[in-house]
Amino acid sequence: MPNLPRGTLAMQPGTPQSILRAENVSLILGAQSILSGVDLAVAPGESVTLVGPNGAGKTMLLRVLMGLVAPTSGVVTRRSGLRVGYSPQTLAPDPILPMDLRRFVGIGSDASQSHRSQALDEVGIGDLSHRPIHELSGGEMRRAMLARALLRDPEILVLDEPVQGVDLAGQVELYERISRAKTDQGSAVLMVSHDLNLVMVATDRVICLNHHVCCEGAPDSVRGNAEFRALFGDDVEGLAVYTHHHDHAHGADGEVVPLKTGRP
Amino acid sequence: MTEGLIGGLVVALVAAPMGCFILWRRMVFFGAAVSHSALLGVALGLALGINVTAGVVLTAAVVAVMLVILRRDKRLADDTILGVVAHGGLALGLIAMAFLEGPDIHLEAPDIHLEAVLFGDIASISRADLVWIIAGGGAGLVVLAAIWKSLLAMTVHEEMAMIEGAPVAVIRIVFMLTLAVVVGVALKVVGALLIVSLLIIPAAAARRLTTGPEAMAAIAAVIGVVAVLGGLQAHVAWDVPAGPAVVVVAVVLFGITFGAGRRSAPGPN
Repeated sequence: MPNLPRGTLAMQPGTPQSILRAENVSLILGAQSILSGVDLAVAPGESVTLVGPNGAGKTMLLRVLMGLVAPTSGVVTRRSGLRVGYSPQTLAPDPILPMDLRRFVGIGSDASQSHRSQALDEVGIGDLSHRPIHELSGGEMRRAMLARALLRDPEILVLDEPVQGVDLAGQVELYERISRAKTDQGSAVLMVSHDLNLVMVATDRVICLNHHVCCEGAPDSVRGNAEFRALFGDDVEGLAVYTHHHDHAHGADGEVVPLKTGRP
Repeated sequence: MTEGLIGGLVVALVAAPMGCFILWRRMVFFGAAVSHSALLGVALGLALGINVTAGVVLTAAVVAVMLVILRRDKRLADDTILGVVAHGGLALGLIAMAFLEGPDIHLEAPDIHLEAVLFGDIASISRADLVWIIAGGGAGLVVLAAIWKSLLAMTVHEEMAMIEGAPVAVIRIVFMLTLAVVVGVALKVVGALLIVSLLIIPAAAARRLTTGPEAMAAIAAVIGVVAVLGGLQAHVAWDVPAGPAVVVVAVVLFGITFGAGRRSAPGPN
């Protein structure tokens, strides 16, 4: 089964139980066609990743799905009262706002102090809880944003480039945490990524977007798709499931830390 | 004068959290534009024969909403639009006041002078004014407390707050209207030109001393109260104008905290 035609997946876009659905969505901004005829559905507890080259409309599709931008045509349906945990593509804290990390992760939820500490520990930045957020590095901020979104106990995690700026070992760690949100909390996941390697491992279904849906399906089936290969070219050749093992891990600052034992 | 003192303290209390949000949301120039429109509001209130504070709140609210709409036009930078509206409104207000203040015109409120409107006249705060100040200031505090969590989430990342279900458009309008009310109640204390100082200087002074948003608002309130007490003391002792004296004390406090903050420079610890 090399790749599935659009809209004939295990989870039918018409399935009543999908929590988020786009039907034949098109978006034209000015003279530019950003999205054309996009069908997409996310079922409860399902993990979906949007991949595609820069400027393919991935972030714009998220904005349409989340109701920030009205589509030019087509219909977007979200289950009413859907609890979303969102991690934006960029968040640059302004130093004028005094806010430390443990306060930041509580934004959007009523999580207790101990839940916040635990959430920070789980993404590897538990020792930074008193650090002002404007002093965090890019990778630390990514981890903080994921922890914050998870604390909302979301029905769907919506993550725009959730590991951008994080080193490779950290990426593995964060994708594992995202997978646990799915398996342990039953949260659906909708991710945008232009990294092809790790994300393919961490997801049920990949949707390759280049203004329209080029192909979609299980990670392995998408990888063999001709249009997908044409888009990503040589990158596909380098695709390898990340299977080798490390005898150590790296903390948020890149320092060597022992595996699985957390940080001192 | 007791009325003036109480009025000043109430205004300092409500200006603190409002001022924090104006700093956090990078709205200082916006606050100035809305404050300057108070002059036009006074003229409007007098011309229509309605309560002057009501005229100010109404005008400030209209200007704030108008600014929000104008700023959607991306052909002009934000500060361009704000500059046009702030100074255009001020000039229009000055002309309107000149008409109303002319010696031939008998005003129903003869205690209102241009200088008092521009720089405040805390001594002239009457018992009736005080009722307005307490009602408006109290309502402002209650509203800010009610929208605090959502407004803070919007300040961190507006799109994030919207996606996660905060009623962003409603809160933005409520915040603008609250700002208009604060401008209305602060007018008699510091005047149209200095309202924005009372909003932002105590908040800016508090920034160096705090690590959390709520603490910053609380410390800003304390600094604002000290500035009002100090300014009125200077007014009584040396007969300096009260409104500017309040602002100068606030600036001195800002200087002190800024210096103290530099010595214990923030850094990873």
